[in-house]
Amino acid sequence: MSWLATTWFVLFVVIVAGYVILDGFDLGVGMLSPFVARSDHDRRVLLNSIGPVWDGNEVWLVLAGGALFAAFPLVYAALFSGFYSAMMLVLLVLILRTVAIEFRSKRHSQRWRNTWDWFFFASSLGITLLLGVALGNVVRGVAIDEAGNMTVDLVELLNPYSLLIGITAVAMLCLHGAIFLTQKVEGELLAKVKRLIPRLGVTFFVLATAAVLATLQVDSEMVDTFRDRPWTVVFPIGALLSTLVAWRLVEATWYLAGFLASATTIALLLASVAAGLYPVMLPSSIDRAYDLTVHNAASADNTLQVMFVIALIGMPFVLLYTAGIYYFFRGKVEIDQDSY
Amino acid sequence: MSAEILHRIQFALTISFHFVFPPMSIGLGLILIILGVKSVRTGDPKWRQLSMFWVKIYGLVFAMGIATGIVQEFQFGTNWSVFSRYVGNVFGSLLAAEGIFAFMLEGGFLGLMLFGGSKLGNRLWLFATTMVVTGAMFSATWIVMANSWMQSPAGSEVRDTAQGAQAFMTDFADVVFTPTFIPRILHVLVASWIVGAAFVMSVGAFYLLKGRHEDLARTMIRVSLPLFAVLSVLQVFVFGSNAAVAVTENQPQKLAAMEGLYETRDCAPMFIVGWSDEETRETTGLSVPCLLSFLATQDFQGQVDGLEQFPTDEWAPVNLTFQVYHLMIDLGVLFMAIGAFALAMWAWKGRLWDMRWLLWVLVSTIVLTHIATQAGWWTAEIGRQPWIVWEQLRTADAYSPMVGTGNLVFSIVMFVLLYGLLFALFLFLLNRKIQDGPPPPPSEEDTSSLPDSFAEVFARRPHRASQDSTTAATGGEK
Repeated sequence: MSWLATTWFVLFVVIVAGYVILDGFDLGVGMLSPFVARSDHDRRVLLNSIGPVWDGNEVWLVLAGGALFAAFPLVYAALFSGFYSAMMLVLLVLILRTVAIEFRSKRHSQRWRNTWDWFFFASSLGITLLLGVALGNVVRGVAIDEAGNMTVDLVELLNPYSLLIGITAVAMLCLHGAIFLTQKVEGELLAKVKRLIPRLGVTFFVLATAAVLATLQVDSEMVDTFRDRPWTVVFPIGALLSTLVAWRLVEATWYLAGFLASATTIALLLASVAAGLYPVMLPSSIDRAYDLTVHNAASADNTLQVMFVIALIGMPFVLLYTAGIYYFFRGKVEIDQDSY
Repeated sequence: MSAEILHRIQFALTISFHFVFPPMSIGLGLILIILGVKSVRTGDPKWRQLSMFWVKIYGLVFAMGIATGIVQEFQFGTNWSVFSRYVGNVFGSLLAAEGIFAFMLEGGFLGLMLFGGSKLGNRLWLFATTMVVTGAMFSATWIVMANSWMQSPAGSEVRDTAQGAQAFMTDFADVVFTPTFIPRILHVLVASWIVGAAFVMSVGAFYLLKGRHEDLARTMIRVSLPLFAVLSVLQVFVFGSNAAVAVTENQPQKLAAMEGLYETRDCAPMFIVGWSDEETRETTGLSVPCLLSFLATQDFQGQVDGLEQFPTDEWAPVNLTFQVYHLMIDLGVLFMAIGAFALAMWAWKGRLWDMRWLLWVLVSTIVLTHIATQAGWWTAEIGRQPWIVWEQLRTADAYSPMVGTGNLVFSIVMFVLLYGLLFALFLFLLNRKIQDGPPPPPSEEDTSSLPDSFAEVFARRPHRASQDSTTAATGGEK
């Protein structure tokens, strides 16, 4: 019953997309904050635009990690232990970011606030860059041996292709964050954000196109995959198109629709990667026979089945109340005594 | 130092630090539900005022728990890849359930709970709080479920695969309800509630000692002290001893290590304090005759297996297990005494409120209960050694083989520094929140204008640029 493993692969990609879309905009806000907001009040507005939801967004990363562990333990074990030093850095910046958000507004001292603002910016950038670079290395292939082990040093991770993916991720989330902010800020701040969007959009568009082309260069198998399943080219093309749509919608002051279009871009880009790799999850650069695939790395069918039932019961609730909570916190930011 | 030791040090360090926070949030959660129910029932603004104070502290504790919890989830893969492959099939379903039911419930409703003080009416705020606390308890449930499978594996079989041995699930219900699961989860939840009650009690006592917020401080103690006293008694006599019985039945060599019992014997004593020497195979100290036999077998003459029954390479570090276990037990007994005495002094014409030394004892309970929960967790984990999965997989065979010692030293140093910073900031902010004290009581009008049913929530208009901020803050009131 390979459909179960495939279903879990799709679910895993959906969860990752959920993470990148949701935590993506708050990472984007973090990366933009020093450029958009100069005054303390403006910085607090940015921080509080993500205030009630960033914690919940980060939970999607935990969920993605859990789903990978559960559904594809071999990939989880190989990936996490192989990227040891990079993963430790991800943890470092994740924690620093939590601390920065929580602690920034707890004291009035300007030095205190500036320090944590810097951490907020740097950690948001660090997470995006590291996860982007990690994705680049996965696509490029890693040295997995017969036993399913690998090790990649930090220096080896930083190859030109992966760096390109990392920088593209930064541009993508900056744009996504800016589009998110149009729903949340007003006045001068809104005008500033809107001036930034075309520039970010062009940067992202150029980088994403370059990334797509570079990917086809780096991973020849992916070219074959797209040739075998020609319909999957709608994913990358759709991604680039929806970026343009997002920009037009924001121009037309349809901010929510613009945000949804930006989310679509992210989902489609991740779908492109997933469709290009499938059924491989971690390509081996030593020997393609050692590839970890959806089929050889998955948990046994009965485990996947139980998990599937759980997901089927749980996911509708998750989506329902996530939507409900976003609805509750909709509208422009106001600062009050509970604010960050 | 070998990679194995470094992996162990890192895990012990990070799990111990993480385990400071979940018991506090689970315990505080229970108190917040009690405060919320009181608020809904009586409408007295002091309950809402107390909720507003404690929910801020909850938010701080929760943020620490999430930050350090992500580390734990990553570390199974980064540091214990062989273990992850081995258990992935079995843990898969448990982790999926935790992710979906527990984490999402917590993460999703947390914003509503933390910001509820200015945005939600009493009933809806209580609902959001209940969702988060249920999520936190679920979370503990799944984690203890997985850990119980590591203590007493069931519902699975081991098969050899191309990537080494792996456990495969044969029966989901057996994996969920392993023999030790129910006693252990009850023991953990009750311990967490005791920590939560101690937390509220110690802050209340501190305010009384400083002569601040005296009315609210008494209310805090009135809520938390009875809870603390009753739960402590139940923990020692019911939940704790049930957990010990589960150990006896499923992990006899662990029980023997916990009590430093080398020879199999009847009328085995239970120590109060002592020292166990593995070289001479002797345990000396102050003990109650035959009590261990009674606890383990419900018979004072019952026979208890000693460590001699088991190969020495399957012994846990005996004295260490013995010490942390007795630290927990002795503290448990102390909590009963503190709870009972404080209750008696309160009942005796409210003498409690003027007994400064006793109030200082109450202040100290938050530290003591933390020491007890840590000691308990160490007993569970150190007592399971040398196994990571009981009698199936050794810890020494379970770590990531490809991670170099240089990387490990780097990450350990990183965690020491990072957690040091984190803990310092946590204490600093906690102290400030406590020093600032509860906010002024909310006025009746403010509270009643907040949405208090789902219909009202969805009718609430979002803040718009044209509205002035006072109208917006009260939810678009006409």
